[in-house]
Amino acid sequence: MLRGIGDLLHHGLLLKYVVASLFRVTWGFLLAAVIAIPLGLTIGWYRRSEMAFNPLVQVFRPISPLAWIPIAILWFGVGDLAAIFLIFVGCFFPLLVTAMSAVHNVPSVYVNVGRNFGLNTADFLYRVLYPAVVPQLIIGSRITLGIAWLVVVAAEMIAVNSGLGFLIVDARNAGNRYDLVIGGMVIIGTIGLLLDSGMRSLERVKSFRWGYSEN
Amino acid sequence: MPMPALTTPPAPNVKLRMEHVDMLFERDGKSVSVLEDINLEVRDGEFVCLVGPSGCGKSTLLNVVSGFLSPTSGSVTIDGEVVRGPDPRRILVFQDRGVFPWLTVEGNIGFGLSNLRVAERDQRIAHYVQMMRLQGFEETYPSDLSGGMKQRLQVARALAVNPDILYLDEPFGALDSVTRLIMRGELLRIWQTERRTIIFVTHDIDEAVQLADRVVVLSSRPAKIQDILTIDIAHPRNISSTRYLEHRDDLLRKIGVAYTV
Repeated sequence: MLRGIGDLLHHGLLLKYVVASLFRVTWGFLLAAVIAIPLGLTIGWYRRSEMAFNPLVQVFRPISPLAWIPIAILWFGVGDLAAIFLIFVGCFFPLLVTAMSAVHNVPSVYVNVGRNFGLNTADFLYRVLYPAVVPQLIIGSRITLGIAWLVVVAAEMIAVNSGLGFLIVDARNAGNRYDLVIGGMVIIGTIGLLLDSGMRSLERVKSFRWGYSEN
Repeated sequence: MPMPALTTPPAPNVKLRMEHVDMLFERDGKSVSVLEDINLEVRDGEFVCLVGPSGCGKSTLLNVVSGFLSPTSGSVTIDGEVVRGPDPRRILVFQDRGVFPWLTVEGNIGFGLSNLRVAERDQRIAHYVQMMRLQGFEETYPSDLSGGMKQRLQVARALAVNPDILYLDEPFGALDSVTRLIMRGELLRIWQTERRTIIFVTHDIDEAVQLADRVVVLSSRPAKIQDILTIDIAHPRNISSTRYLEHRDDLLRKIGVAYTV
């Protein structure tokens, strides 16, 4: 197995595949975060919009991102965009739900203090609501990034011709190279661990830490 | 909409006036009366304590007066102007979780000062850090402060915006008895140097008699003003003097009655 990984490294393929997978995860995750988090915060803040949107969210949420594979290929063809779309779908709903519940969990005292000091809406969002939800968003993002890493491997097995998921399928198809299959799995696990510890390090930032140390 | 034209002009020196304040809450389709015909005038610079049995509606009254809740009927006027919402000219201090955990001590004190120039803001922050004895903790986050320091910080943040009224909702209720005693002393010291109007909700009889110019006794729900006691003892008050004990026993008797209503 180690020799297999060594071969891949030697041919520059491993680095290329890792970069390809990380590229897709980054874009899929970031796109989902940029859209789902503000949307979730808004929906959560206005109780009525939550009542309106929640059924829709709960219908889409249990659909596995993998069920979107045919549609992704239909819309975007075989390539990066299809994979990014699948990761986007996989990340969107967990982040949306996290953001919605994060707003609910903001203690009313913080909201009242913000009102008392006469903040306008923009200041209120930036100086009270946003800092109050960040710790919960970080936890949600940590879990979601894990999902994104799961989805990218599955997506690459079908929708593209590069990446770590492709490596595994390709290694099997090209003559049952199970050493490379296992090697690919080890690399996927290792990178997953690194991603998670990267997200965890955010939890130690001083102005976020209150959200975790409170008993 | 209340009719300002009918509000009588305030007598000189009256800061805050509650007129016929009623508060009804809808709960499970039934309406529950929490406040009933509250009438009170508070003078400028006066220290008023609201006491009453727990759950009677003291905090509700404070929330109405500070503009967080609108009364079902009646009105609250400050300097002759009807209160229509919370206002940075009067700050409410909460019992618990009132400081922002994501801001340092300095950040919290400066929270309401973002429209000042940096130099002025820093000076204001330094002033209240000193007044509230938080020196050395400027960069500390609230999670590393004691309960008493957090409440001092909350009072500092309130005073920093130079409000004319402070509303305090059982601010020392979550502190141990020694810290509470120290905090009362600090609050009196500030009140005497800065001369703000203070409305202070507590269920602690001793606290009320130690602090207040007048103690307003509320009945159990629906809260009505049952009695108003004037505590005419100069500060600092000797809490084992006969007059102090007389006032305290008087208040205890009245509260005792309140509990059986």
